[in-house]
Amino acid sequence: MREGLRAENYLADEGIAGVVFLADRLGKPVLVEGPAGTGKTQLAKSVAEMLGARLIRLQCYEGLDESKALYEWNYKKQLLRIQADKSSDSWSDVHDDIFSDEFLLTRPLLEAITADDPVVLLIDEVDRVEVETEALLLEILSEYQVSIPELGTITAKQIPLVFLTSNNTRELSEALKRRCLFLHVDYPELEREKQIVMTRVPDVTENMADQIARIVRSLRQLDLKKAPSVSETIDWARTLVLLGVQNIDAQQAKETLHVLLKYQTDIAKAAKELSAEAKK
Amino acid sequence: MIDLLAGFVVELRNAGIPVSLTENLDAMEAIQHIPIEDRDAFKYALGATMVKNNSHWRAFETVFEVYFSLRGPEYKLVDGDESELDAMWREMQEQQQGQGEGKGAGGGGMEALTPEEMMNLLMKALMKGDQGMMRALAKQSVQRFAGMEPGRPVGGTYYLYRTLRNLDLEGMLEKLMEASRQEVGGELTPLEERLEKDEYDSRIDQFKKEIEAEIRRRLVADRGAEAMAKTLRKPLPEDVEFMHASRDEMQNLKKSLYPLTRKLAARLARKRRHGRKGPLDFRNTVRHSLSYGGVPADPKFKYPRPAKPELMVIADISGSVAAFARFTLMLVYAIQGQFSKVRSFVFIDGLDEVTEYFKGVEDISEAIHRVNTEADVVWVDGHSDYGHAFEVFWDKYGKDVGPKTTVLLLGDARNNYHASQAWVVKNISQKARHVYWLNPEPRSYWNTGDSIVGDYGTHTDGVYECRNLRQLEAFVEKLA
Repeated sequence: MREGLRAENYLADEGIAGVVFLADRLGKPVLVEGPAGTGKTQLAKSVAEMLGARLIRLQCYEGLDESKALYEWNYKKQLLRIQADKSSDSWSDVHDDIFSDEFLLTRPLLEAITADDPVVLLIDEVDRVEVETEALLLEILSEYQVSIPELGTITAKQIPLVFLTSNNTRELSEALKRRCLFLHVDYPELEREKQIVMTRVPDVTENMADQIARIVRSLRQLDLKKAPSVSETIDWARTLVLLGVQNIDAQQAKETLHVLLKYQTDIAKAAKELSAEAKK
Repeated sequence: MIDLLAGFVVELRNAGIPVSLTENLDAMEAIQHIPIEDRDAFKYALGATMVKNNSHWRAFETVFEVYFSLRGPEYKLVDGDESELDAMWREMQEQQQGQGEGKGAGGGGMEALTPEEMMNLLMKALMKGDQGMMRALAKQSVQRFAGMEPGRPVGGTYYLYRTLRNLDLEGMLEKLMEASRQEVGGELTPLEERLEKDEYDSRIDQFKKEIEAEIRRRLVADRGAEAMAKTLRKPLPEDVEFMHASRDEMQNLKKSLYPLTRKLAARLARKRRHGRKGPLDFRNTVRHSLSYGGVPADPKFKYPRPAKPELMVIADISGSVAAFARFTLMLVYAIQGQFSKVRSFVFIDGLDEVTEYFKGVEDISEAIHRVNTEADVVWVDGHSDYGHAFEVFWDKYGKDVGPKTTVLLLGDARNNYHASQAWVVKNISQKARHVYWLNPEPRSYWNTGDSIVGDYGTHTDGVYECRNLRQLEAFVEKLA
């Protein structure tokens, strides 16, 4: 599993690889949680690439409802159908007819379970939807089926691998958590971060990557509002490569800090910290 | 195996982690799919199925270590067992003795090395970041310095302390820095120096963890997993008591406070937006009825817009309850968008307004720091005097308390037997919309000794016990 992910330029640690493996075996969804920018969404994408599966993505937001997540009837087409042969068919024929597959618009969730080819379903930022809407996901997550009142139950043809990501802005309901495997993705270890930088930014030298990873770790230990994330580290590495820096010193680090940190107070604090040693 | 896991689950529940029956079943199923010898995989399989909250992960890890510490092949502890570690140790020893010019040659095996030599070895291990060597050293140092005796009823921390005292890791850091300076030949740039230091810091940390783990393994071997788990049981971050938190726990609390405020703010904003419908709005209905030819087909309702309360926080920041006041202030300011106005006052025996410190400050902890150092709160002797502080409040700021104001009083009401001046609280509660008292002490301690929370409490709308983050969160949600 780990090797496979590595081939897609995603460096998983023991925990991530293990959980993904389990999810595949048990046929259970994975709930991925962690700070922003640690590669939660990327994980789903990489897994999809690795399995050669299609990625279906459902971006959650407040106000998301059934008709956008699950399915909707194609009303216009239904109306047309009724109009088209007003005279010929009896009422019951039309009635049965307009509530058939043909008039069903599939939305991401339904699409994922009706697909014939292997798919990876990514439900991004589940914590954005209201608690009530969460319930909508429960059936699909535990039974891999969707009940449509007019049609009956549609069961999945194959069990898709499901990833849910959450930024933890609110506590997810117990019912949802219970159905998932839980995976917390945190900032990587020094060695892994270095490897990540090296795979994602091919032009970087090993020495540079090492320095970058160490500076970032040092910054994370400060009491910052928002610690630099992996994606920001990668951005930073790219910036430094573009600038043609071979060896990072305090001055250069300070000048490019704004790539790593997104709050003015954080930048000021970090700059102070980095140069504070100079006075000693 | 089933028995073992059942015991494990019971212990997890005891530690406060909710593990449901289905989760337990999932775990059982999960471990059938992984190689049981692979300790890490086993751990993650259990973790992924049973622990659904990141802040519980540490507690889970502790319990796991206790329950399964003696069951990995690499962790055997049987005497005379020729494990890898011991072999490694012997090898290292020989090297060292070779360098040490035959000192104590051929002597009593493991015990032959002097402490100095051991320190040298440790330093080498840390310089190289050699994991195996560090583990071997950790084992040795525990064996040598901790002086563990079977059946002795002391906690693991005692042994940890004894071991670490002998190792002098602080000094080690200095030496390591010195060594790396020499290696480069001359001065390091400040940045490099900082990075080197971080590197060694983390390695030493790792070494400490090895030692801790080693001690734990020995204790478990001595006393059995169940007893051990009980002594190691630590409260989850949201259950840590403010008044008795250790420094580590404080750090954790701080860390968990920020996501908590975000959650709380999101929840409150949502609550405000999705208010229920109010009574019929007649005018609006009639206006909309025009598009239906005068038929009121689309009734409109008045949406209640709950007023945002104005908040006054009066906090005792004397030693015993300082931590509590700090957390409450942080929490209140982090969600100040939910209140129309927040004013804060701190006191010990004098009282000072500190609202200014929080104005336009992004970093709340900075402001809190200023509160603790700059606010003028000592009147006579710097021992809590609620009575005087309240009097001052009433004189200076009493007129600002209005019908929209909610007043929060924070403190344990331990008044050092001064006059209570409870009439102030009574007057405040007559003018203000609500007055609440938050007490960080357990309810059973109230009104014992010099605590007079009852005297004040009768005049407030409620006295709440706020011993941990969970209770504080619940209260704040009710408030906004």
